[in-house]
Amino acid sequence: MSKATRAKPDFERHGLSNEQLVQMLWTMLMQRTLENRGFQLNRQGKIPFASASEGHEAVQAGAAMAFERGKDILVPYYRDLGLALGIGLTPYEVLLSLFARADDHSAGRQFPHHYASRRLGLHTISSVIAAQMPHAVGAAFAFKARGEAGRAVLTTFGDGATSEGEWHESLNFAAVHKLPVVFLCENNEWAISTPQRLQMAVADVAARAEGYGMPGESVDGFDVLACYVAVKRAMDRARGGGGPTLVEAKCYRFLSHTTDDDDRTYRSREEVDERRKDDPVPKFERLLVENGVLSEDELVGVQRRVLAAANDATDRAETMPYAEPSELYTRLYEGPWEPWR
Amino acid sequence: MAKTMTSAAPGKLERHGLTDEQLRAIFRNMLMQRQLDNRGFQLNRQGKIPFALGSEGHEAIQAGAAMAFDRGKDVLAPYYRDLGLALGIGFTPLEVMLSLFARAADHNGGRQFPNHYSSRRIGMMSFSSILAAQIPHAVGAAYAIKYRKEAGRAVLVTFGEGTTSEGEWHESLNFAAVHALPIVFLCENNQWAISTPVDKQMGQPEVWKRGAGYGMPAERFDGFDPLATYDVVRRAMERARSCGGPTLVEGMCYRFLSHSTDDDDRTYRTKEEVDRNRQHDPVPRFERVLVENAIMTAADVDSMKKDVLRETNAATDEAEALPYAPPSELYTNVYEGAYEPWQ
Amino acid sequence: MAVATPAKTMTNVEAVRSTLYDALKRDDRIVILGEDVGNRGNVFLITKGFIDEFGPERIIDTPIAEASIVGIAIGMAMEGLRPIAEIQFADFIYPAFNQIVGEAAKTRYRSNGEYTCPLVIRTPYGGGVRGALSHSVSIEALFYHVPGLTILAPSTPRDIKGLLNAAIEANDPVLFLEHKRTYRLIKDEVPDEYYTVPIGKANVSKVGHQLTVVSYGLYAHQALDAAHRLEEEDHSVEVIDLRSIRPMDRSTILESVRKTRKLLIVHEDNKFGGIGAEISAMVAEEALFDLDAPIRRLCGPDVPAMGYALPLEEEFMISTERMVDAMREMVTF
Repeated sequence: MSKATRAKPDFERHGLSNEQLVQMLWTMLMQRTLENRGFQLNRQGKIPFASASEGHEAVQAGAAMAFERGKDILVPYYRDLGLALGIGLTPYEVLLSLFARADDHSAGRQFPHHYASRRLGLHTISSVIAAQMPHAVGAAFAFKARGEAGRAVLTTFGDGATSEGEWHESLNFAAVHKLPVVFLCENNEWAISTPQRLQMAVADVAARAEGYGMPGESVDGFDVLACYVAVKRAMDRARGGGGPTLVEAKCYRFLSHTTDDDDRTYRSREEVDERRKDDPVPKFERLLVENGVLSEDELVGVQRRVLAAANDATDRAETMPYAEPSELYTRLYEGPWEPWR
Repeated sequence: MAKTMTSAAPGKLERHGLTDEQLRAIFRNMLMQRQLDNRGFQLNRQGKIPFALGSEGHEAIQAGAAMAFDRGKDVLAPYYRDLGLALGIGFTPLEVMLSLFARAADHNGGRQFPNHYSSRRIGMMSFSSILAAQIPHAVGAAYAIKYRKEAGRAVLVTFGEGTTSEGEWHESLNFAAVHALPIVFLCENNQWAISTPVDKQMGQPEVWKRGAGYGMPAERFDGFDPLATYDVVRRAMERARSCGGPTLVEGMCYRFLSHSTDDDDRTYRTKEEVDRNRQHDPVPRFERVLVENAIMTAADVDSMKKDVLRETNAATDEAEALPYAPPSELYTNVYEGAYEPWQ
Repeated sequence: MAVATPAKTMTNVEAVRSTLYDALKRDDRIVILGEDVGNRGNVFLITKGFIDEFGPERIIDTPIAEASIVGIAIGMAMEGLRPIAEIQFADFIYPAFNQIVGEAAKTRYRSNGEYTCPLVIRTPYGGGVRGALSHSVSIEALFYHVPGLTILAPSTPRDIKGLLNAAIEANDPVLFLEHKRTYRLIKDEVPDEYYTVPIGKANVSKVGHQLTVVSYGLYAHQALDAAHRLEEEDHSVEVIDLRSIRPMDRSTILESVRKTRKLLIVHEDNKFGGIGAEISAMVAEEALFDLDAPIRRLCGPDVPAMGYALPLEEEFMISTERMVDAMREMVTF
């Protein structure tokens, strides 16, 4: 991995308290549990669709810890379950999204994992790749225009999104105007079936930063602390008027793209198994136990609490009703709307 | 504020293997571009044509790049400021005037804006006024060349620095790099996108620096020097023709005139800035190079200028006298074959 | 059919696949480009295995960049290849809007015929598949306004083969729309031999004399089912499957309407500014005094898209029962 920064073996905690470290672990475990729950519910025929983020836990828990709740804005993409949890979305809200219930933020309009929450500063997104990035830049422009120092926008995307025109246009504009925005690439090496070598002719997305006149950094996306440090540094730069940064976290997508995809059609089991050996979740568990942040018993306790909370959220969400059919016609414009039909 | 172009004073001639005849052809191309460019503005001011575009300042880049173009083999995907490139690869002054006057005998029958040339005969692709829209087409053409294993052919695609901000610019460079296509991306950086200077166009001022981010070689050169241009573009085209993949090259020049006859650059930039850049005007500069190095005498230059003016006048008169397309032409070439529009 | 010709039964998705396969075999100028068309063989597995047989030069897994997928295909077409570009879902086509509308559709026109753009853009569209806001839209009305484009939306395996062949033969850009819900739902016999269905020719899928129903895509099948049900009530409904949205078969529609004297248009796309609006206007201009009832449109409601939750999708989609009711109301008007 080129130019990737790693946490030191002697456990550099980067100023994070035990409580914060355990919170990051909670986010990672909850992400994995809920994301597997989505696949299970799909296989049980209870929900028509779920998408996968296994392998992104470290990037997202690390980045979420660098996000300042109540101040910063997150403009995510559809693989950001852990980031959403990490900035305050509840497991119950996640399950409402999976079950598309009336109490979901979008009232069940959106695909699973397309969360939005004004309360958390979590922007609404579509499924269209890179379409959210200009929105992130616009939000950052608003911060700058209003002189709101101390606030920044974090926007995320996969390696595939870097090929879109809007990706380029967004980075360029942010650089011209030195906007408070961090572009975080969660490079999992696969865009559905398209490997990175067919996506770009360079090894590092971060290599593009110089061409826009902004700093760029690649980081080990399986190392939650390294991700925290890189994103924190970039967010602090943005909050302090230092302009945008491109951060690339190199991770891996362990599962298929979604429940509708079958990754065996385009990549080998050997490749996936090989990358599983570096699975960031058990790795961080070991790190915390070995360094005395958690005892083995405490770890089991966290795991149990996560599972119990996930089960509770599942049961509660499942029993909730769908939206009324008449909801199809609401919120199209401000005020009442009489559609032609 | 855009920087002033600085460039080496004329002196020792590095001819990069070009013969005297080729050097004179480059110079004649530059003179012809300027003459026709100015003629467009004159005809507009006389009320004879509704619109013309300015390419003054781009003569050296275009004449130099055109000399690196292999006629009958390479493909050019230009943009609307490429009068000199079109001339340099074989478009005639009459064809230029037919475009300005929008006459029936124009390649597109007078449908397109002036300077939006295309010609199957010389391998010049059709394009619109939409910035960067032609760049994926150029990449597709390069893909066709590679797919058919037509070694020895390459695509030259041109654009201004403003176009580098478009999504399609990025998508095109990325795809060309992934597939190692035979294509040269030539940025004619004239420092102004209508009224937008480079520092509002990009976060750092050097287009060529983006090459590394795509994994392709890149180079910047003095676009007021036709021979430096020729040298860089020729090497890039050779690399493309011999399966070495794409290159991004950036020639620094300056747009001396307003964007078009509908624009007035006094509203957004100072006359001092323009005058400062005029001091490096590539046309008299190359004239001095040729004279000082005895490629041409002052009398040769004088006679060439007269010849260019005479040819321009003849083309103007001939085109002006030709008819417009009949109104029924509005309905042709919508689809192949007969077409009955709903009306 | 008098003479039995060799034929295979296949679904709509198999018809797309086999037609593309035959085309690749037939003509080495044909290349397929799009997201996940190679390694994965398309998200619906339409091109599965093609990359092994035809190679990555012809089955091109592109970066995720729709504007350039179409734009690069245009350049290929201008320089002698016969590209078939794929937009993974119709909902993702918007970034390519300029390349389709501003470039492909105008290439022949703006060069006065010196350059042409023989290009097929295939894309799956339509709902009823729990696709939510970004995997279920209909896009035809956004493009049918554009002269220079050809828009096809066949609904049966036989028409898919014939029209996809016609699209590939055409020397102009064709937007080829495949309704996702019909992919595995619709099955029929498809002749083995090469054939084309003429572009711009609608199919009268059922003859009747009391009402003309014009539809296309998924609803062409439901409308046919509904018409058969009304047959049991002794109502005679004629059903026209448009197949070709631009150019549109005016004469078949007018001939039918002049016979039945009533017109119902059924489509999934929004009613406002939809295909039905153009058909209604055309019939009103050409055959108003032949009508015995007001023209009626049964269309998708005027909202951005169907929601993901089941009730929101069901509310958007038109059931066969609703079509039966609308048809019954019109024949008894």
